[in-house]
Amino acid sequence: MTPTPLLTVEHLTMRFGGLLAVDDVSFNAMNQQITAIIGPNGAGKTTVFNCLTGFYKPTVGRLLLTAADGKAHLLERMDGFRIAQHAHVARTFQNIRLFPRMSVLENLLVAQHNKLMRASGYTALGLFGVPTYKHAEAHAVDLARYWLERIGIVNRADDNAGTLPYGDQRRLEIARAMCTEPVLLCLDEPAAGLNNRESAELNELLLYIRDHHRIGVLLIEHDMTVVMKISDHVVVLDHGRRISDGTPVEVRNDPAVIRAYLGEEEDEALPAEVARDLGVPTERGGELH
Amino acid sequence: MPMPKRLERPMADILKDAAITGFIAFALALPLVGFQTVDQASAIVLQTRFPQLFYAVALIFTGRLLLLFCNAGLARPIMLVTGAFSVLWLVNAFANFVTVNWQTLNFLTFATSTVVALRAWVLMRRRAAALTERGKDVMGERIAVAVNRLARRIGPFIAAFAVALPFMPFADQRTMDIGIAVLTYVMLGWGLNVVVGLAGLLDLGYVAFYAVGAYSYALLSKGLGFNFWEALPIAGGLAASFGIMLGFPVLRLRGDYLAIVTLGFGEMIRLVLLNWSALTNGARGIGDIPRPSFFGMPFTPAPPPGITAVHQFFGVDFAPIHRVYWLYYIILLLAVLTNWFTLRIRRLPIGRAWEALREDEIACRALGINPTNTKLTAFAIGAMFAGFAGSFFATRQGFISPESFNFLESAIILAIVVLGGMGSQIGVVVAAFLLIGGPEYFRDLQAYRMLAFGALMVGIMVWRPQGLLAHRDPTLRLSKRPAPDGVPGR
Repeated sequence: MTPTPLLTVEHLTMRFGGLLAVDDVSFNAMNQQITAIIGPNGAGKTTVFNCLTGFYKPTVGRLLLTAADGKAHLLERMDGFRIAQHAHVARTFQNIRLFPRMSVLENLLVAQHNKLMRASGYTALGLFGVPTYKHAEAHAVDLARYWLERIGIVNRADDNAGTLPYGDQRRLEIARAMCTEPVLLCLDEPAAGLNNRESAELNELLLYIRDHHRIGVLLIEHDMTVVMKISDHVVVLDHGRRISDGTPVEVRNDPAVIRAYLGEEEDEALPAEVARDLGVPTERGGELH
Repeated sequence: MPMPKRLERPMADILKDAAITGFIAFALALPLVGFQTVDQASAIVLQTRFPQLFYAVALIFTGRLLLLFCNAGLARPIMLVTGAFSVLWLVNAFANFVTVNWQTLNFLTFATSTVVALRAWVLMRRRAAALTERGKDVMGERIAVAVNRLARRIGPFIAAFAVALPFMPFADQRTMDIGIAVLTYVMLGWGLNVVVGLAGLLDLGYVAFYAVGAYSYALLSKGLGFNFWEALPIAGGLAASFGIMLGFPVLRLRGDYLAIVTLGFGEMIRLVLLNWSALTNGARGIGDIPRPSFFGMPFTPAPPPGITAVHQFFGVDFAPIHRVYWLYYIILLLAVLTNWFTLRIRRLPIGRAWEALREDEIACRALGINPTNTKLTAFAIGAMFAGFAGSFFATRQGFISPESFNFLESAIILAIVVLGGMGSQIGVVVAAFLLIGGPEYFRDLQAYRMLAFGALMVGIMVWRPQGLLAHRDPTLRLSKRPAPDGVPGR
């Protein structure tokens, strides 16, 4: 199966009063690919996400999601929870939003709510413990167990999610999103606050999701090592506008991107760490104008 | 005087602190305790009670002094002395070796001594185990876990006792009345627990649904001749639809804002009941509400010809308490039904969605949960149980008026849920016993029972703000499920 456009964003514009947070942004995200949205702080990355997942209604624009089976949804017309329910777009949050006082396993079962509600006859049948519901619940637990094994915290399944270490919470949130069985997974800074080892584990998990579950992944990321290593496609935003779009190699050599990250006035060489992250040799820093 | 080496704070400091406390106590107690108005013939006379005032201030001064010595490292001897005093007091209370005047102050002496002893004991424990504030929580949590486990094991015995209660030798009219009152509030607490404990929607107007249920039954039975069991589902359904009516406008509100709106809703229902005289008979209320019959048989001493009364059916002499027994069984059945329902629904997807909504509504939306429907179901189901309980209230009292459904009722039901520990079923039972059974049983102590009630609430807020038995077990455990043979994939 070759990658097909999964998400087509056309002329997305989001205006908050006088502030133009996202200005006429268009890009595609492919099926079975990892698409990264990067940009300096305040570039409008999270706003794009919030439009995609229904937390904001875009001022202008079309968000077309075409699943692999051919079903199409216009996300800008759907309510927040319906995007997850019907269009199967799942997301995680910049600041982790687990259900801290529920167990890890329960977190993963809540993600399968709609499926289980149907199986429980919208509670009426489940109240009397009909076998079809028991079966569906067992199946849901199996799916949860599968993801817990994947992120390596099966032994913590019955502990409250709030008691997990930070890195595990990050991965549990991704596992929870995957339990909704999405066609598009949107991750808002999944590597924020992770150390190098955890970051490497995260890369592995994302590549596994892309290759074995064959879904599209859209991620916002500040950590350039993550972006450059695993993305198939990078979209760069600055001040709400798309300033570059292409493969990681193309993007990191794009003068517009370097300008956006480092400013217009460029008399000094790039700071070493920034240059390393962007993959630009330091001695060429001055020639970029 | 040789100072004990262990004292961790200068003596003068301690005395000064206690003296300030004593002075504040004096300033407060002078008008409250020192003077008393007595109704004599036609005039009201001011009398003084200076010995009592002196005793009360001395008690507070001593209590404070002992607590300060505890904190300064003398916990053990003080615990031994005050503990011994409390035990002796209890022995005396039963055996009456020494008769004492001043009932209230006498009781307060005991209370002070016991509080000091408990405080000293807690301090000793904390020092021994180097328990921190967190350690205190761990201790409370451990107790809560133990009680919850125990409740599951001895639950059947409690239920069996509840069923057998009317046959007990001490089951007089008063005991049965307290039992019925406690069970009514247990049921209301369990119902409100769905809304507050599980869904996390702070509802201060719960009594509105109780009122809807009560008036539904009263009007249906008096106007249309429905019997109790026919009216019950209708009353529950009406209350549930009022729950949805309240739910719709408040969907976007959370926390304090939600609490205020629900409070207003409760008052609105009461005011409608008060003013819609054509339907509800206004402030005069509705009387002569039909009492429940025992499978069609009335509880009357002399039934009309052709109808068998209950005592004739069982071949016993007529006694008014038979009806109380029957009412008791009705509310027991309703309460058990509520418990069964909430325990089951907690383990269903809707129950987990309620809890998830309480934890994080935004995350719920991102997972495709419809927050509107989920919240409305919680409101509707909680209201339905209040409606059932309201119907029972109407048939038990035989008379209802808007007076019975004021804000205080809502506050007490909420207090039961919060005190018990939100979401805890057994906690609601314990709290209902403390808050309803206690004041009812100690009715002789008159106004002081409300004082004790207040002290209890303050104590809970200080020592265990999450509620007595707040503890949550996962609704299902992975460790209790067999490993799957195959790995599911997409």
